[in-house]
Amino acid sequence: MTDSQSKDLRPDLQLIANLIAPESRVLEVGCANGDLLQWLVHNKRVDGRGMELGQAGVNTCVSKGLYVVQGDADVDLKDYPDKSFDYAVLSRTLQAVRQPREVLLELLRIGEKAIVTIPNFGHWKIRLQLLMNGKMPVTRHLDYTWYNTPNIHFCTVKDMLDLIESEGLTLDAFVPFDAKGDQLDQSLSRANWGAHQALFVISD
Amino acid sequence: MVKQAHKIASQVATLFETSPLILDSGVTLSPVQVAYETYGTLNSDKSNAIMICHALTGDQYVASTHPLTGKSGWWERIIGPNKLIDTNKYFVICSNVLGSCLGTTGPKEINPETGQIYGIDFPVITINDMVKVQVGLTDTLGIQKLFMVIGGSMGGMQALEWLVDYPDRVGSMMLLATAAQHSAQNIAFHEIGRQAVMADPEWRDGKYQEHDTFPRKGLSVARMTAHVTYLSEDGLMDKFGRNLQDRDAPTYGFEADFQIESYLRHQGSSFVDRFDANSYLYITRAMDYFDIAARYEGKLADAFKKASDVPCLVITFTSDWLYPPEENKRIAHALNAAGVPVSYASITSDRGHDSFLLDIPEMDKMMTGFIQSAEARLMKDQRDDG
Repeated sequence: MTDSQSKDLRPDLQLIANLIAPESRVLEVGCANGDLLQWLVHNKRVDGRGMELGQAGVNTCVSKGLYVVQGDADVDLKDYPDKSFDYAVLSRTLQAVRQPREVLLELLRIGEKAIVTIPNFGHWKIRLQLLMNGKMPVTRHLDYTWYNTPNIHFCTVKDMLDLIESEGLTLDAFVPFDAKGDQLDQSLSRANWGAHQALFVISD
Repeated sequence: MVKQAHKIASQVATLFETSPLILDSGVTLSPVQVAYETYGTLNSDKSNAIMICHALTGDQYVASTHPLTGKSGWWERIIGPNKLIDTNKYFVICSNVLGSCLGTTGPKEINPETGQIYGIDFPVITINDMVKVQVGLTDTLGIQKLFMVIGGSMGGMQALEWLVDYPDRVGSMMLLATAAQHSAQNIAFHEIGRQAVMADPEWRDGKYQEHDTFPRKGLSVARMTAHVTYLSEDGLMDKFGRNLQDRDAPTYGFEADFQIESYLRHQGSSFVDRFDANSYLYITRAMDYFDIAARYEGKLADAFKKASDVPCLVITFTSDWLYPPEENKRIAHALNAAGVPVSYASITSDRGHDSFLLDIPEMDKMMTGFIQSAEARLMKDQRDDG
């Protein structure tokens, strides 16, 4: 299911947008400038809400007319009632929270399903950089040095699948994809080696 | 029902003539006068009305010249033709709150039962009582549902009361620099102000009108204290620093050596020219009693459960230590928990609590975005209904 209109979104957000049912309730945690939310509100008539840590992002969202609250995924998700959303979305943010496991469980408490994308630290370029240079990898998608990165809990595709399994959660969909957002082979070792990012649809 | 008052330029409505206003304290008032200003034109289906709720020492002159001070309205920057709140499109209503002193029933007015000035015999009121009067005014104007209610500081508290008690009568809501309860610190500052008024020998146990006196000094000190809480340390240092006023060296006395002293004295003395001392006591008391969650067993979210159709915008300012960001955030999270569509943003400003009254471009951007989305929503609802 490819929605041609979602092409104006960042590739990982396109994948998420295409998975979300029209007129559903969506909470996006770490919604940045609200691109995904705005697209969903206008194209799929969703009841979209956002949470964003950065003030600049919140201000942009509010001036776009979106419903976004300035908040911290590690702290503020507890205020949301159980199953108050159809989807809780966390795109490229799990690696930046202090308690990824707790945040993931909170997403599933709040949402019927969680849609999570992660940058894959198992990608061969990253592995190669560490191997060759002996220094923390810096790539176009992970363009921070070790001392100033917001990303504090990197994981690989395999690590994420392990966490889902160890918590007894259900993996409804798994989409490894490359930098352009093109889906890759789902075989685990190839995904773990070749995917820039991966998307997981999880339920409890 | 609506007549022009002779003393002030406002329109005045007389409410609660047939059934009295029952105050939270149990005391009844009848009739109740409310002075108000309107801007723009009410449209034929009465769907374009915006209620602006004023702060503690504000008044109905939100976008027109103040009759006593000759100054511009307190939010004239925001409200007017082609402005952020465009009076070519919207019908803006701002009424003087119950207990205040610019034409609405309050301690300065005549008690119709005795023919005497109420003075300190005026009953203690609450924020909720103020809103009951606003609702009465809205009824008189024939408006079933307001397009939006907007309030900052104490105005935000009134807006919260609208949201909690009259969610069906509000299309959307903007809350700025406010709180869902008055904190111990807030009460403490108010108590200092009240004690300053009551310690002034000219207060005369609240019967100063009878004695033809006025507690200027006490009310001025109250205003000076309060005014400091509206600003921030950084803002004060930035504006005044330790600069001396009209001199090169300190006098080693108690003259206003520093610019900040001179500024505060001016704030105090100009305030007493436009505000009533007893009104100050009553309104600060009303704010002290304010605690929304207390009415819902401490669960703020429960107060908002009936308001899930009312989009809200909560704006706070980083340097506001009177109603700090945490307190505004608490409101936003409670709204979220109750399923209310809410936006919340903390705006970086060193201007303190009063930021909402000032030219803060980030605030304007957010208010504009919020109003536009509320407009789109109203138009969609009207299409769906039609």
